[in-house]
Order: sequence, then structure tokens, then C-alpha cells
Amino acid sequence: MKGRTIYPGKVEGEAMVSKEPIGFYGGIDIKTGIVIEKGHELEGRCVKDKVLVFPYGKGSTVGSYVIYGLKKNGVAPQAIINKETETIVATGAILAAIPCVDGIDIEEIKDGDLVEINAGEREAEIIIK
Amino acid sequence: MHLTQEQEKMLDGEYGSIVSRMMRLLVRLGDVYGAEKMVSIASVQVAGVSYKSIGDPGLEFLQDVAAEAKVRVLTFLNPAGMDLEDWRGMGIDEEFAQKQLAIIEAFKKMGIVISATCTPYLAGNLPRYRQHIAWSESSAVSFANSVIGARTNREGGPSALAAAITGYTPYYGLHLDENRQPNVVVEVKVELKNSTDFAAMGYFVGREVKKGIPYYRGIRDADVDDLKELGAAMAASGAVALYHVEGITPEAKEVVAEGIEKIEFGEEELREVYEKLNTGNEPDVIIFGCPHASLNEIIKISRLVEGRKARKPFWICTSRAVKEIAERMELDKKIEEAGGKIVADTCMVVSPIEKMFSTTAVNSAKAAHYLPGFCKQKVVFRSMEDLLR
Repeated sequence: MKGRTIYPGKVEGEAMVSKEPIGFYGGIDIKTGIVIEKGHELEGRCVKDKVLVFPYGKGSTVGSYVIYGLKKNGVAPQAIINKETETIVATGAILAAIPCVDGIDIEEIKDGDLVEINAGEREAEIIIK
Repeated sequence: MHLTQEQEKMLDGEYGSIVSRMMRLLVRLGDVYGAEKMVSIASVQVAGVSYKSIGDPGLEFLQDVAAEAKVRVLTFLNPAGMDLEDWRGMGIDEEFAQKQLAIIEAFKKMGIVISATCTPYLAGNLPRYRQHIAWSESSAVSFANSVIGARTNREGGPSALAAAITGYTPYYGLHLDENRQPNVVVEVKVELKNSTDFAAMGYFVGREVKKGIPYYRGIRDADVDDLKELGAAMAASGAVALYHVEGITPEAKEVVAEGIEKIEFGEEELREVYEKLNTGNEPDVIIFGCPHASLNEIIKISRLVEGRKARKPFWICTSRAVKEIAERMELDKKIEEAGGKIVADTCMVVSPIEKMFSTTAVNSAKAAHYLPGFCKQKVVFRSMEDLLR
């Protein structure tokens, strides 16, 4: 699949897929990377080293700083794939230097799939292995 | 997007990794919003200062930036979560205070002016007409665009900081002439008696026009405090970043206000807003200064309370700069004798007041809009004169 690069990079990892949007502030624990939002479909799971797939971000603009904090604490996802990256996630991914791609039909990616991401300066390619 | 050689170098990391990430953030946002190039900016207003709002993640980020980068243009700061000097007097706990002071230290290290105010235009950061700036703080954005005629989009905390560190912002949105045209006329059919009436109107119009650009017709006069309240309210109930007032704001005569949608604001609409925003009866505290009080407002309050004793405590939130002058005029003494105090560097929305009060009286529609959610307060919304009577 082809998409748009929000932040470039080349990585391969296991997909963790959420059909719901993710709010990073108050939604993911910054120290452990565990999803803590009550009733969220990923509640209790850890995003560390995953390729995190979700439609778009939601909630507080402080979410950008949480993404940055996850990276600093070594519990960030390896990469982010969105249907549409809004400014909270875009800002966070860029500041944290986490490869991030949007414009992807995320329904095609299943939880647990091995995914390769090739994100160039502008265009990105996603391969499900 | 076209970048100059210098901007390319910033992006490529020649100025360090923080500058590179900041430039990348601006380029990416510019691509998303269709900017063709970057534009130099004259000043920045940075939001996201209170520890209550940004927490430990924000603090860590700012410390990392401060270790490597400095701002390139005049940069002012939004209010903090407490009075930076008299935080003990506000009842702020030690842990919160230490975190807040660490945030301030990081900003200071970047070369940012610790103005800690949402009204930079009253405290020494005054852009000129048509000048490009990159401001956050929705009420200040509205004032700068509308009353001064400077040009800024509604920046978030990180994008404003990125503009401060690189000296550029992507050239799109309200930086361009064609995007500053009004799309709705507001016919004002009621006499607005004070700045709280202006705030109430702003609350109504912001809710109606959302992200639109209103053009007001029928306002005979408005002072800077009236316009400050009007803009703040529209940016809170809606996302209005620019408005025009016929005969009053500088771009009103340059834009076309014909052939667009019209709405009316009359007696009935005014009454409806007061009814909606009043959710409490007996306030524990009265707080003025959202956005931060001007010196003129503090003079008015000191006259209203002189020689009297208030039944409830009252606070006036303002910038340190304005507070200093008020103190020199001994206005603070008159206010303290009446049971009030002037609080600098902070405001009711970003400080942890829910630990102290449950019903707050305000003369600001912006405050009345945010207090129930952010601070779990019931609200009494009345004019300054009514509240002090």
C-alpha cells in the first residue's frame, strides 16, 4: 500500500491495530507504554516496539508530548500507521522521530501481522508480510 | 514547499537535531495545509506553560529543547499554573510549584521572556499592522489579527515554539490576504453596556460561526477591554481567529461584507447567553482578568471597591508587568483593604482552583465556558460592576 510520509524511516514490526482513535494524553501510560484508557479496545496492552495502527488521534494537544515521552522512556511504538494523521499525532511523531505514515486503508492490516514500512521523504510504502 | 538555503540547512541538521525536528514539524504542517513557502515572523506567543496542562511529558520535552536551542525572535509566554513569586499565598502545594518552576526555567534558558500572560499586547509584545507573527493562545491570536491587524494562524504550543526557534512559520491561512475576508455579518441590535455584554455576544457568535470570520455592524463604540473580551469569548465557544468591526478594527474597510450570510444579535440572544452561562448562585470567590486584566480594568475595580469590604474574596489576574505598575500606584492596597488581591502570572483556568473553591463568579465568557470542565466549578457570570455591587 502507498501512503504519505509524516516522519520518514524504515522499520519492520508486529502490527497492533485499533479500530478506535487513540488519545495519548490519559490514554497511554508514559512510563510503561500500556494503554490505560478505560474500555478502549487496546486497554492493558503495551505499545512498545509495535507498529501501532489506528485511524487518527483524539483528545488533548498534550498528546504530542506523551508520544515524545514514550520514546524517551524506551516504550514507544516503532512506527505509526494512520488513516489520517491529525496535528497532535503528527507533532508528536515528528518531535519523537518515530516513522509515521498516513493515507493508508488500515482495514487491510490485521492485529499481529508482520508489517514492513518504507517511509521516504514524502511517499511511503507499507508491505504486509 | 519551497525552502531557502538556510531553511534547508536547518532541516538537514546543520543547526542541531532540535532545530531540525522543529523545522521538520513546520514543513510537515505547511505541506498538510498547502503552504508554498515559509515566512519570517516578528514575534511568538508560546502556550502550554502550566504544569497542570502539560504535565511531566511537557516538562521533559521542554528541558530537552532548552538543552540545545534558543529562540531567534521576541518570544513571550502564556500564563503559568501559579503566581511565580507568591505561589504559597495562592495555596499551591510544594510539588506542583517545583514542577512549574522547572518548566519556567526551561523556557528562560531558551531565551523566552517570562511574561506569563495571555495579553502580551498589554505587556510589551506589540506587533504592527500586517506584520507576520506566530502566536498561540486563542484570545491573543484573535486580538492580534483583529484589533491590531497583524497576521497569525492559531498555533499550538509545539508549533509556536518551533516558529520561535527557527524564526519561520508556514505561509498559509490567515497570513494570506484572501483568507481574511469575512463570511458572516453580525447585525448588533442591542446596546452593549459593558465588556461582559461584549463577552456574552462573543460567546453567542463563536457558537454560531465556529471557525468563521464574523463582520460586526452596529457597534457604536468599543474600547480595548471590550474587544479583548469579545475575541476571547469567540475563540472559546468557537474557533474564531479573526473578526472585523465596522468603523473600529483596521481591516474592516478593506474587506467585502456584502453578499454573505447574516445573523442578528439582540436583546433576546443577550439574555439567553447570561442564562446559559450562569450555573451557580452563591460564589466562593470572584475572579477578574480573563484574559488578563488591563491596567484600566484594575483602576476601575479599585475605584469600585475603595473604602468598602467585599463579602467574598476576589482575585484580579494580570501580568507581572501590569501588577508592578498597579503596585506603584498603590492600587493593590485599596484592593487588599477591600478583601481582594492581585494575582500575577497565572489565571483561574490553568491553576488548580478546584482544590479550593466550588463556585466561581467571573465577568468573562471565556472563563465561564472553561471553568465547569477544566476546574469543576459552578459559575456566576455577571459584569464587574454587578459583582462588586
